Amino acid sequence: MLTVQDLHVSYRQSPAIRGVSFQVRRGETVAVMGRNGMGKTTLLKALIGLLPAHAGSVALEGDDLTHAPSHQRVRRGMGYVPQGRMIFPYLTVEENLRTGLEASGQEEIPEDVYGYFPELRTMGKRRGGNLSGGQQQQLALARALVARPKVLLLDEPTEGIQPSVIKEIAATLNRLKADRGLTILLSEQVLSFAMELADRFLIIERGEFVHEEDRQHVDRERVHAYLAV
Amino acid sequence: MNVEIAAMQVFSGISLFTILVLMALGLSIVFGLMGVINMAHGEVMALGAYVTYYTARFFGAYLPSLMGAYVFFGIALAFLVTFAFGYLLERSFIRFLYARPLDTLLATWGLSLVLQQAYRSGFGAQEVSVPMTSWLTGAWEPIAGIQLPLNRLFIIWLTLLVSGGVYLILYRTRWGLRIRAVTQNRAMSGAVGIDTGRVDAMSFALGCGLAGIAGSAFTMIGSTNPLTGQLYIVDAFIVVVFGGVQSLLGTFASGFVIASSQSFLEFLLSGSMAKVSILLAVITVLYFRPTGLFTSKVRQ
Repeated sequence: MLTVQDLHVSYRQSPAIRGVSFQVRRGETVAVMGRNGMGKTTLLKALIGLLPAHAGSVALEGDDLTHAPSHQRVRRGMGYVPQGRMIFPYLTVEENLRTGLEASGQEEIPEDVYGYFPELRTMGKRRGGNLSGGQQQQLALARALVARPKVLLLDEPTEGIQPSVIKEIAATLNRLKADRGLTILLSEQVLSFAMELADRFLIIERGEFVHEEDRQHVDRERVHAYLAV
Repeated sequence: MNVEIAAMQVFSGISLFTILVLMALGLSIVFGLMGVINMAHGEVMALGAYVTYYTARFFGAYLPSLMGAYVFFGIALAFLVTFAFGYLLERSFIRFLYARPLDTLLATWGLSLVLQQAYRSGFGAQEVSVPMTSWLTGAWEPIAGIQLPLNRLFIIWLTLLVSGGVYLILYRTRWGLRIRAVTQNRAMSGAVGIDTGRVDAMSFALGCGLAGIAGSAFTMIGSTNPLTGQLYIVDAFIVVVFGGVQSLLGTFASGFVIASSQSFLEFLLSGSMAKVSILLAVITVLYFRPTGLFTSKVRQ
């Protein structure tokens, strides 16, 4: 479904992603794991079009999106939940969700989104900026889901979130996978969270994939060694 | 102070309030929401004023029987011309300057000089005035001794109408939601599917269109010359900054506070001393509240 080939991304002259290639199959969840500063967020930003690709290609269902602006990538089926949530702080919860309608072309927020995140229905008129970190994470996820994405790019959803909420988020994402067959590319540092969702693990170091594991044969010690500071 | 004088001072304050709000509405979108320091905003107002002047001349020459209605055509045309001008300006010039405020300030200041010279060359250096239609001439006397000028009443009505329209666009339409989203986080707006380039262009155009309406309205209370824009720009910036950028409500509150204070102080002091006092008060408030009167705290 998502095909990335020989992707290079640089900050000015400094390379951040060095020739990364991988595929995410329909319905699959792939976790990109690595320490801070290894290129996880840069990779996801490049995939959604917030950073330009220096070389290589990005395609969704065979549709080349390498040079497409962000809004076109979202309209063609990519969903993005950024690190730090990035909800619109001065918009209400309902308005935040409505921004997700831009990509789907629908008029109303789909009911099933509230089904996955019932708490959001009761706080529709509250400003996004006044929610707790966990509530903001739910809102960011729901906003992406309103657009009916084919593949969801999730950037460190556990960052700054309390453990009980992390479990809720993992459970909701698993329900989404089961109900919709949602394809997910997850960037994460917390192995326990990634283990609850991912089918495959790609370890990134200094902008390159250095190791790959699948869920059945994951070597926790080895992955932890890559994640250790 | 007798009742008549007090009533006239209150009316004077309300009139000044609506003039300040009309002046600042466009800028509150261009600068307040989009963050573009457009030093040529006054010249866009002047363009609206010139469009109204030439509309009046056209009606006078070719449609004298409809002269009483030229004001409405003038306002509509001023909006359309300045909206189109703003759209082209954003696409060809402003969009290359986002996130570079100092460059924007210098570039738009240069643009304001270019526009002033263009007006001088195209429309002449002398002041021009529109003929006042009969229904805007004179005053309404609700009770004996209190006379409210009709042209000022018209501007109050126009400001309420335009403000209501801006509120509806920003808070009750999908376009408004897009504008508010883009102004809060341009990158993330793109990442939820909003075409941010188009929203930028339309927002800037709307801000310029509102400036055009303001310029058109001001032909009813003063003459127009190539430097007219310079008269408005400082007051417009003061109102927006004092109210708190990103806050339409702040623009209204700021306009009200400045206008009522100025009107009251002008009664006690001279006009220039009233202005100086207002500026000192604004500076003092901004010293303690650098983000203006109306800002809200949220978790970013």
